Amino acid sequence: MNLSLDKRIVAVVGHFGSGKTEFCVNYALERAKTSNKTALIDLDIANPYFRSREKRSLLESTGIKVFGSFYQSEITAELPALTANARFPLEDKTYKVTVDVGGDASGSMILIQFFKYFVEGDYELLCVINKNRPETASMEGALSHIDRIEKETGLKITGLINNTHLLRETSVDDIIRGYRFCQEISEELKIPIRFSCCPVLLYEELCRKDISAAMKDGILPVALHMRETWLDKKP
Amino acid sequence: MSERVLMKGNEAFGEAAIRGGCRYYVGYPITPQNELTEFMSREMSKRGGKFVQAESELASINMAYGIAAAGGNVFVSSASPGIALMQEGLSFICSAELPLVALNVSRGGPGIGGIQPGQADYNQVTRGGGNGDYHIPVFAPASIQESIDMLYDAFSLADEWRNPIMILADGMIGQMMEPVTLPEPKIPVSEAEIAIRKPWALSGTKKGNRSVVKSLRMQPNDLEKHVEKLFEKYRQAEKELVKYDTDRIEDAEVVFVSFGTTARIVSEVIDMLTEDGIKAGLIRPISLWPFPEEAFSKLNPKTKVVISAELNMGQMMTDVKAAVCGRFPVRLINRTGGIIPTSLEIYERAKKILGEYR
Repeated sequence: MNLSLDKRIVAVVGHFGSGKTEFCVNYALERAKTSNKTALIDLDIANPYFRSREKRSLLESTGIKVFGSFYQSEITAELPALTANARFPLEDKTYKVTVDVGGDASGSMILIQFFKYFVEGDYELLCVINKNRPETASMEGALSHIDRIEKETGLKITGLINNTHLLRETSVDDIIRGYRFCQEISEELKIPIRFSCCPVLLYEELCRKDISAAMKDGILPVALHMRETWLDKKP
Repeated sequence: MSERVLMKGNEAFGEAAIRGGCRYYVGYPITPQNELTEFMSREMSKRGGKFVQAESELASINMAYGIAAAGGNVFVSSASPGIALMQEGLSFICSAELPLVALNVSRGGPGIGGIQPGQADYNQVTRGGGNGDYHIPVFAPASIQESIDMLYDAFSLADEWRNPIMILADGMIGQMMEPVTLPEPKIPVSEAEIAIRKPWALSGTKKGNRSVVKSLRMQPNDLEKHVEKLFEKYRQAEKELVKYDTDRIEDAEVVFVSFGTTARIVSEVIDMLTEDGIKAGLIRPISLWPFPEEAFSKLNPKTKVVISAELNMGQMMTDVKAAVCGRFPVRLINRTGGIIPTSLEIYERAKKILGEYR
């Protein structure tokens, strides 16, 4: 994966359930491999479960500082509030920051208070697209989501993340189909596709496929950190 | 087969209800089922239905009572303490013999409790918190697909039995994502058809005859006769609505009894025990009332212990013990307060318990 295009602040938005948190956790872990000052800010105050702060010990074990809507070990509180120290890695320019924003336009509203840190050239606002989510499966649906998020936050989306998957039923064809769909959005909005998420187990199979160099360059191998194995157990 | 899509439990509940014939939704927000209320607020009017955000759960259930009395296919949803507030209305609706679909996306209790998943509403939904002699058939899905299938059928089931149908899904099923297949939408029942299909409904004066919907019966003889009539229906339901699943119980020495999310963890535990050479099986009650007692008659004499695995302090144990009827010891593996045990934790505790009986 090519991290050379990375901006200091990478904030991730998208439809709820599109896979923002799984992307952020994997991406933050990837960044921590090449950078010793990284942070993850969990700004999801809309979702009560499956939040990146639940993986705090894993993230912190690789040196990533974790901030968000929690007090010390308290991660399950449902507080529509943030601690002030969530601004720290945004203020300290030596940090590479991954920002996991809440789902949909309503969840992304929280970004407004951080507007001043989003200086052109220093940040990327990436939108996750999963073509297998019914509401973003059509061009109309995907564009309307992007439009609403941009209107709510007042920020322009600068790139796309193709995260087309069906959890453990994902095939490489899903990922390729999702990439083509993102290409259509990309052409329409004149913004690049920055990443394609690929389950670790499918990585080699995807690389063997006849895919463009640009797509290959943006593949992020994703391990399902947020998903306990029993969640995919057929009862 | 139609297309696989990735859905969150709460939005799948709404989609399945609409496709299954839901035309009215009354609700009040509460975690962990908020996405459902949000989904219905957006979708109902687009798809020929009506959405009402009530001022409380008490108001929700009583508005639903009115809609059901008028013959509308109505859906209410909430989470544990919100369902507690609806108990009075559910008793009235059972007495009035009206169809309604209720969904409880349960969380930790008692009281306001917490927002993480729980199964401590077992007694609340199977015994009923409302007054009087009544029953509500309760179904507990263990996956989003199963929830979809249940909600899709629930509206016609409620109509058929003229009784509320309760779906008990825990917070995990509401919040998790799963690839699912959606069923074809049913054709909605028109208002003109309601008068024909539901002659008991308060569908207007034009049809000629007069319907009365009530739960007040001041004469003891009259009330006793009414309750006996209700119980004839419940006895029939006990025969016809029993639903369960079994896995590897034929030669199991340890048999788990578990529903909902916990059953999924237990499925993984059974694989782990099987790898160790321990024969383990599962009875998964799908209907919690009526409780699937008949499943326990299939237990083999070699069974050493039956373990009820629940996210509460052992509420289902009463039903499991009654079904086991003293043939085998019954033990409990549980967590509560919103904590979901890991497969490893259940595995280790089960091995320890089994060790006491080998």
